[in-house]
This record gives sequence, structure tokens and C-alpha cells, in this order.
Amino acid sequence: MSARTLFEKLWQAHEVVPETPDTPAVLYVDLHLTHEVTSPQAFATLRARRLKVRRPDRTVATLDHSTPTDRDQLFGKVPIRMESAARQIREFESNCAEFGIELLGLTHAQRGIVHIIGPELGLTQPGKTIVCGDSHTSTHGAFGALAFGIGTTEVGHVLATQCLLQRKPSTLAVNVEGELDRGVTAKDLVLAIIHELGVSGGTGSVIEYRGGTIRRLSMEERMTVCNMSIEAGARAGLVAPDETTFAYLEGRPRAPQGAAFERAVDAWRRLPTDPDATFDREVVIEAAAIAPMITYGTNPGMSVPITGTVPVRSGDGVHAKALEYMGLTAGQPMLGQRVEFVFLGSCTNARLSDLREAARILGGHKVATGVRFIVVPGSQQIKRQAEAEGLDRVFIDAGAEWRESGCSMCLGMNGDVVARGAYCVSTSNRNFEGRQGVGARTLLASPITATASAIAGRIADPRGFLS
Amino acid sequence: MDPIRTIRSRTVVMPRANIDTDQIMPARFLTTTTREGLGEHLFADWRYDAAGKAIAEFVLNRPEAAGCQILVAGRNFGCGSSREHAPWGLYDYGFRAVVSTEIADIFRSNALKNGLVPVVVDEATHAALLAQPGAEASIDLERSSLTLPGGREVRFPIESFARYCLLNGVDQTSYLLSKQAAIDEFERRMKA
Repeated sequence: MSARTLFEKLWQAHEVVPETPDTPAVLYVDLHLTHEVTSPQAFATLRARRLKVRRPDRTVATLDHSTPTDRDQLFGKVPIRMESAARQIREFESNCAEFGIELLGLTHAQRGIVHIIGPELGLTQPGKTIVCGDSHTSTHGAFGALAFGIGTTEVGHVLATQCLLQRKPSTLAVNVEGELDRGVTAKDLVLAIIHELGVSGGTGSVIEYRGGTIRRLSMEERMTVCNMSIEAGARAGLVAPDETTFAYLEGRPRAPQGAAFERAVDAWRRLPTDPDATFDREVVIEAAAIAPMITYGTNPGMSVPITGTVPVRSGDGVHAKALEYMGLTAGQPMLGQRVEFVFLGSCTNARLSDLREAARILGGHKVATGVRFIVVPGSQQIKRQAEAEGLDRVFIDAGAEWRESGCSMCLGMNGDVVARGAYCVSTSNRNFEGRQGVGARTLLASPITATASAIAGRIADPRGFLS
Repeated sequence: MDPIRTIRSRTVVMPRANIDTDQIMPARFLTTTTREGLGEHLFADWRYDAAGKAIAEFVLNRPEAAGCQILVAGRNFGCGSSREHAPWGLYDYGFRAVVSTEIADIFRSNALKNGLVPVVVDEATHAALLAQPGAEASIDLERSSLTLPGGREVRFPIESFARYCLLNGVDQTSYLLSKQAAIDEFERRMKA
């Protein structure tokens, strides 16, 4: 067989019916993750057509998007404040019960953000196809799984048939070589990649992140990189599985166990791109040239090194509109810009390693007066692990809020919102207008940059806080 | 789904690039559990001020926007979130086609399943459309062509199966369900 990329191996292994000029491929889905926001209309379609869920055993549900992160609301001590969210959650619970789908519900010890719990439980594995009605499904590609976001009609397709109709995307290799500097994280790397590719640079393609820098990243870091593939327009992001991947998965409750794990690893070792395989397109990124990054505009491609200034682009209408929304002036330094909110959370950066790094920066410092610093662990398990390590005390003693897990302030549909006109340094993935609340001004950055900024009350360089 | 053959309408022009699905349908309207009624919230934060009053300058609030079915938008329309609420809202409002030089992958896939035709055109055609807001254009799905106000016809690419489904009012779920035997066979092989 001719040399194949990781993507081609994944694709071919899941073709139920190959594509033809007239019809797309029927692609098999190994794992379908679902949540309360993008599924209700799909269940309604199933009900209307008297269809069953074909493989409830390949479907896992959780509550994260419109779910409150306030303890009393989550655990039912007080009613969920947003009535429409409460209704949506109840409907999801009854849909899962009716169709026989396993739900990690409101009070479940393993509940959390869908893209955090898949890997955490070992559901996410190399070689799988994984879909979810959420564009950040690309996160799971960090394991060498073909994982991508789908719409609600497609959620219905997968529920009913365990398959999707797909045209084969093109391949894009992003080769990253060199050492990341001190204080430069996976988040800074992916912001730099998106800046390089542009927010539509990956449209129509699946990215494979390659090179020495990627190989040296931990699984958590690879997830952060793959998570934001969609912000460059790509369908999916991939990292070839290796010893780091296998070590992460070994012993996870839903991963194969014992001899079955060994057999699985043997199969996973055959997945990486063959040496002679070619990509439709390749780009090279120099890791050593990357500084801590921060966004200044209203899409994730509008970023600068933290020591930089807001770019000057006369005659660029998009740029002008973004600066007007953000209340920033071309030429002004990013450092020192006052902030009112700091959000540490989301499927991009709410894993235990993110919380640990942030807590280390916080040390004995206090959150600046006038700053609301909200810390939202990615899952209930992460929350408990962090508490066992005493990280919650570090955040609480500094004046931060310590919450239950959920999507929270990443997308402002669960009660956690940034005030109109306020600036928020956020570890999430999107700085679109209104993303964190109507009129909210989002500045995307790494967990350590966010924490440094919470201490300073202004955008701050995390390198000044590294001991 | 009703078959679609031709769309003939005046255009609404939104020249901004990278209009993301959070603008098309802000997240706070995603707690709905139905597809209906989302047109009312379409572009809510551009359409209404803090008090809920219509912002007169916004293009959809101008009288000439009424009844328009073709939206001409800047490059990379529909980027960001996979929310199908975005095409549902556009359709519910009355749009039947979106024209741009680039349309984001997930949005395009969602639009095609909901009777909203994504039309990708070259820069020159796009510039001509942007320059004449409110001019009449037409889309012929059978020919995969767009006819500009001046009468010039340009072809646009559209995935052949999705086009077939739109032309014949076929829904893709039924097609997938017809592949049951192949799926059974695939699952048997997987187990072996």
C-alpha cells in the first residue's frame, strides 16, 4: 500500500461506503459525545420519525454548556436561575433516559466539559472517529483520533445510524520545530499558529501538528493546541499517538485494560503518518520565535506578542471595527491595559496542569482590587484533584471564585457573563463580539498570562511572575 | 423539505469579513429546544440596542431589507461555533441563500441541510454584488449559477449530493437510513 498520512489511515478505516463523484462517503462514528444545547432538535426528529438510537453504547452525554457553575444551583439547593437553561437541562435528562443514553448528569462525579471528560475517562483513544455537536471536538485529535464538530441535523444522523455523510477533507501539516521559551505555553503556540494561518487558513482541511516541539508537549498541551484548530477554520486537528499518549491512557477507566491495552497499543503504533506520505499543504512554525501571546481584536487570529502594541492598519475596515468594539487604539501597548475580569476555564485551558501553573503564578499574591477572577475547573474530577492538592485554597485565599465545572464564561449562556464594556483576560478560545456577554471585551491568553493579569489588574507579562 | 430550484430576490449586503455564528445567533438564544422562531434573534446584538430598540442604521432594520432572500456577506462567513441555530435563524428570517468568497465548513454543511444555499463566488463577482446592495440577483440551483444584476451568469461550486437533495427535497437522514445493510456489515467486520 502506498504511504499514507495519519488522517488517511483514520478515514479509510471508517469508510462504510467510499465517496463517489455523486455521493459523499458514509463514515462510521466510533464515539458520539453529546450535550444539552445542540441535541434537543435531533432527539425531536428521532421521535417524530419513530427512530431509535442505533448505538447507545457508543454515545455518552454530559451537561456543560447551559449548566450553572454555581454550587447551590448545580446541586439543587436553589433553582437554576436561568429558566430556559433549566428547561433545556430537564429536557436533555429525559431525552437521555428515553433513548437509553448514558448521562453524566448534574451531580455525577465524572461530569464536566465534554472535551475534557472524553480524554479524562479514556473514552478518547487513538484511531477512533469522534464527533460532537460542538466545534471544539477537534480537541480529541490530540490522541490521534479523527474528531470534529457537527451540526444538530448531523447529531440526528449519528444517533439514528452511527454514521455521517462526509466529503474527504484535504490535509495540512503544521510543522513546529525548536524550543518554546520560558513562560511560553501551548496556548501561545496555538495563538501564534492561528495568527500565521489566518482564521480561514485551515478551511476544508484537517491539520496534523508535527515536529519536535509537538512531540515534547504533554497530552494536556496537545489538547490545547488541537482544541483551537477550528479557530483557523480547520475541520480537525491531529497529533500522532506516541508513548506520551499511551502513558496518559493507561489505567483510565474507559480505556482498554491489561492485555487488551497492550493489543490496542500495538494497533495504535501503526497509525502515525508514514515517512514517505505527503500532505496537500505544509507550513513551518519556529517555536523559539514565539512569545506569550494575547489577542487585541474580535477573532482569534488578531493577536500580538504580549509586549507588542495594537497594530496600526489604516484603511482596514475589519481592523477598525474590531478596535472600536474593543475600545483600543492602534499603537497602544497591550501591557498595562486595565482589566475587570479574568476567566480561567473552558475546554481549551481548564485541566489540572493549567490550574497548577496558574496557582504557581498566584503564589501568595492577591487578585487586584476591582478584578473578578473566576476559576472554573474543566471537570468535577479535576476540581476534586485540585482540591486534594490545595489549589482551591490558593485561588480562594487570593480572592478568586472557585466554581463547579462547566463551559461557564466561555460563551455566556449559563449565567456566567462579563459585564458590558468590561475587559476580560480569558483562557478560552473565542474573542468574538459578545461571546462572553453582550458588549464584553475578551482578550485571549494563556492561564499564566491570565493569572498574572489578575494580580496586576492590568494585562501583565507572566514572565515577571516566574520564580 | 421543499425542493429548491431558483431563488430570485434583491440582495442584502453585509460586507464585513469573518462574520461568526456568535454574531448570527448569540449563545443566550441557544437554550431553545426547537428550531422555530430564531429569525427574531438573528444578528440580535447588531440589530437591537441595550434597551431592545431596533438600531436604524443596521441593514436588516432598513425598509428595503424586507423580503430579501439573498444575503451577500464578507469573506469567511459563518466561522466559529457549529451551532445550527445560525442557519435556522437565517432561514426563519427569510434568507434562502448566502453569497461570499469563502464560507466556513461547518456552517456550509449545516446550511445545506436546511434549505439555505451557500454560494461561493470569485472576488470580482463578490465585489460587483457588494457594490450594488439591493440589486436583484438570481440563483439557479440546477445550473449551479448565479446571475448578477447586469445579467452576467457565473457558476458556483456546490457539493453534488447536497445539491441533488436540495433540488429534490430529499432529506439526508433518509438516504443514510437506506445504507443500513452496509452499516450492519461494517459493524460485523469491526467485531471480527
